[in-house]
Amino acid sequence: MSRIFCSPRAGIAAAVLGLLIMGFGICRGEMTVVLEKAVNICMECVGIG
Amino acid sequence: MDNKNKNEWKRHRIQALWALLTNSYLVGFVQGKIYRGKLKNLCVPGLNCYSCPGAVGSCPIGAMQAVIGSWNFRFAFYAAGFLMFVGALAGRFVCGWLCPFGLVQDLLHKIPFVKKIGTFKGDRLLRRLKYVILFVFVILLPMFLVDVLGQGLPYFCKYICPAGTLEGGILLVLFNKSMRSALGWLYAWKSVLLIVTVTLSVMIYRPFCKYICPLGAVYSVFNPISVFRYRVDKEKCTGCSACAKVCKMQVDPVKNANHPECVRCGACKSACPVKAITS
Repeated sequence: MSRIFCSPRAGIAAAVLGLLIMGFGICRGEMTVVLEKAVNICMECVGIG
Repeated sequence: MDNKNKNEWKRHRIQALWALLTNSYLVGFVQGKIYRGKLKNLCVPGLNCYSCPGAVGSCPIGAMQAVIGSWNFRFAFYAAGFLMFVGALAGRFVCGWLCPFGLVQDLLHKIPFVKKIGTFKGDRLLRRLKYVILFVFVILLPMFLVDVLGQGLPYFCKYICPAGTLEGGILLVLFNKSMRSALGWLYAWKSVLLIVTVTLSVMIYRPFCKYICPLGAVYSVFNPISVFRYRVDKEKCTGCSACAKVCKMQVDPVKNANHPECVRCGACKSACPVKAITS
């Protein structure tokens, strides 16, 4: 069983699943939130507040 | 230059090149401003603060907290899917080759010190801390500790991450008078964390990656199944343990070539006298 889960095929399957999940996130507009946060200085990240 | 050093410097060149590529908004370093273009829609694989003046992409851990903590979403499928995709393809290869903060720690560890610390009592247990940080500070707190509008803060970035202070905080504060006047206890706290991380990096190899980094925690889960992996030819292997002795992450590739802690630095491959380890 562990041989199946630890094989490169499991890696390929997980990569495909990752792409699908990423696509779902993009479709529901998460990228806009990321862009909005990233184009403004993140005060928390730099330690201002 | 021996085989081990040749591989190490090749890796550092690639790390530096990648750091330059993902922080190529060079004018930002001069003007103390950040890049505001559309490329920031995209995440980069390593820990690279999006408030670094040169950053042209988004930090996936920052992106995850931003979406989880926003009022209209409760989970970050985009960032989670991205991490799953990258992790499943490369595992912690990203930590060893594509993370700017990993490069900083690698270089700091080259500074001579009286006694470099390999492992210590409690080391193995402490390495689990990064999973706690991932679940508590990156996922649970931004999800549940919210304001009246339902917005959560990026708790990991705010209270723990020294990369933001190093890559963004210092430069932005240096260039912006208004930001300098807003400095308070949080900046002091984050500066202390940065100093502690820098000091420990001289003594211990990659302490932030080993014990704190939530990105490393995610990728470590995928290390055993990642497409890019190490293989040990058991017929060639003489059991000399040269690979285990040279590993700065304290992994024995013969026991587990794709151990969650392996950052795929390649030191074991270079050290093997019979070339039994391949990728």
